[in-house]
Amino acid sequence: MTSDHATDMTSDHAVDIDRHVRVYITVFVALMVLTIITVAVSRFHLPVPIAVTVALIVAIVKGSLVACYFMHLISEKKLIYAVLALTAVFFAALLALPIFTYSDGYWIR
Amino acid sequence: MDIPYTVELRRDTGLTNGKIGIWLFLASEVMLFGALFASYILIRTGAPSWPRGDTLLDVPLATLNTIVLIASSVTMVMAWASLMRRRFGTFRIYMGGTILLGLVFLVVKYFEYSHHLHLGELPSTNNFLAIYFTLTGLHGLHVFGGMVVNAYFWGPGAKLWKTNPVWFTNRVEHSGLFWHFVDLVWIFLFPTLYLL
Repeated sequence: MTSDHATDMTSDHAVDIDRHVRVYITVFVALMVLTIITVAVSRFHLPVPIAVTVALIVAIVKGSLVACYFMHLISEKKLIYAVLALTAVFFAALLALPIFTYSDGYWIR
Repeated sequence: MDIPYTVELRRDTGLTNGKIGIWLFLASEVMLFGALFASYILIRTGAPSWPRGDTLLDVPLATLNTIVLIASSVTMVMAWASLMRRRFGTFRIYMGGTILLGLVFLVVKYFEYSHHLHLGELPSTNNFLAIYFTLTGLHGLHVFGGMVVNAYFWGPGAKLWKTNPVWFTNRVEHSGLFWHFVDLVWIFLFPTLYLL
């Protein structure tokens, strides 16, 4: 669903929207199930590295569902993907900064 | 002078200017929260010991808030879909639901904060509470900001529907993108702060 839809609200698009509404409901159910899984897994008190890995995987799946279907990223224009790709690079660099501390600043001296 | 490309697509980008604008803004928001997440990792890995979130925070309330925020994302996208189907009355119901769910989220957060303050657990108490209040406080401000914009489109801003329904639909879509982003941030905040 791209911005093309917003420029044309004909009956064909209404049928298209009906199909998408069914997807929204499915995604909602999936997000609820994944939320329950997140909380349930935390009750096992797994070792921190495993707990972090599981929590991150579930959060990434949930985040992807929101981004792809609610934010319509699954069918967006190339320019939006380019903006997000650039953002992802800088975001990854930002999260990688703490790793440098393990080498006592060796990488940034 | 009219604002260009609010309804028609730019030939070079294939998008309206509003769509590009909101995505660039969200990119800056990713960096803002990214910086705070990086700070969290730095502080946590540098600490000799770190408490599990569920020993200090209320997991059932946070789980309720997760469900509330996800539900609000659904009502938000349904509000937009209602406009696409030219059902303005249904849009009002879903948008009203989104605003109410946002309010529920903030009220639950208020109870959580009050409990901590009552126990004397302040941001200055320790690093865990400092990063907890910073991240959830900033997120809460975003929820409030989204509610203000949504309330505008539910109320006075809805006049645009009568004169230019396509532009109004686009505006609601952009507002929705921000709202979903706020939901997305919470999806990562919840396990990070409360469960690990």
